[in-house]
Amino acid sequence: MEMTTILFYLFSIVTITSASIMVFSKNIVHSAFALMFTLMGVAALYVLLYADFLAATQILVYVGGILILILFGVMLTTQGQSFNFKTITVNLVPASIASVAAAGLLIFVFTRTEWTVSEPNEHSDTVHSLGMMLMGDYVLPFILVGFLLLVAIIGAIVMATRLSTEIENQSN
Amino acid sequence: MIQWLAEPGLTHFLIVSAILFSLGLMAILTKRNIIMVLMGVELILNSANINFIAFSRFTELSLDGQMIGLFVIIIAAAEAAVALAIALNVYNRFKSINLDDISLMKG
Repeated sequence: MEMTTILFYLFSIVTITSASIMVFSKNIVHSAFALMFTLMGVAALYVLLYADFLAATQILVYVGGILILILFGVMLTTQGQSFNFKTITVNLVPASIASVAAAGLLIFVFTRTEWTVSEPNEHSDTVHSLGMMLMGDYVLPFILVGFLLLVAIIGAIVMATRLSTEIENQSN
Repeated sequence: MIQWLAEPGLTHFLIVSAILFSLGLMAILTKRNIIMVLMGVELILNSANINFIAFSRFTELSLDGQMIGLFVIIIAAAEAAVALAIALNVYNRFKSINLDDISLMKG
């Protein structure tokens, strides 16, 4: 058995197990920590797919950014002093049927389709070629997405600061 | 079958992403906490990203797939920031982040 195979199964099991823990855990903080292991497992799968720069970006942006944002959201929206992190679960049966059906259908389609697989061309690293593509063919989407990020961050700041001024007005 | 299992190819990665997608769907449909629904959305975005990068590795898509994955990650970051700001505003207004309590627009 090759090393790649063992690593693939190891990281897939880590990813899927921690994603299941995230979904089925009652405690939202446990869910957030399980999400961290899921994201790291996905980053490891990216490495197995020769996407080293994307794996680094995944860890920096998801684990270092989005997960911290989610934990801040949990901290700022817990009700009262009781430290009640429980989440309510509803519609368990219809949701299970829907998601199992979705998974079954997707797996059926993926396994039955004859993909035209081509031999991968070996990249020593992807960073250089990705950078050249960003400044070449993809320069317009690159600038647009930078603009989108600017708008999103300004929007988030405006919403958050309006929140604090409303609280001040209510207390006056 | 054993031979197929021993050589992870395109299909194996696609199956992992399909399972991640269904788990994310499950989180979105069953949880009633805004933050949990957001985490489910992140899971679904990740599963789509695994598909893009698997196709970039195994087919003619090559590095274009990784580029699309990069843009998906950037847009997911913007989405998370705005969605959490909205969640904080909702909590400030309704004193609850249970999605069933936020039904002012219900006819």
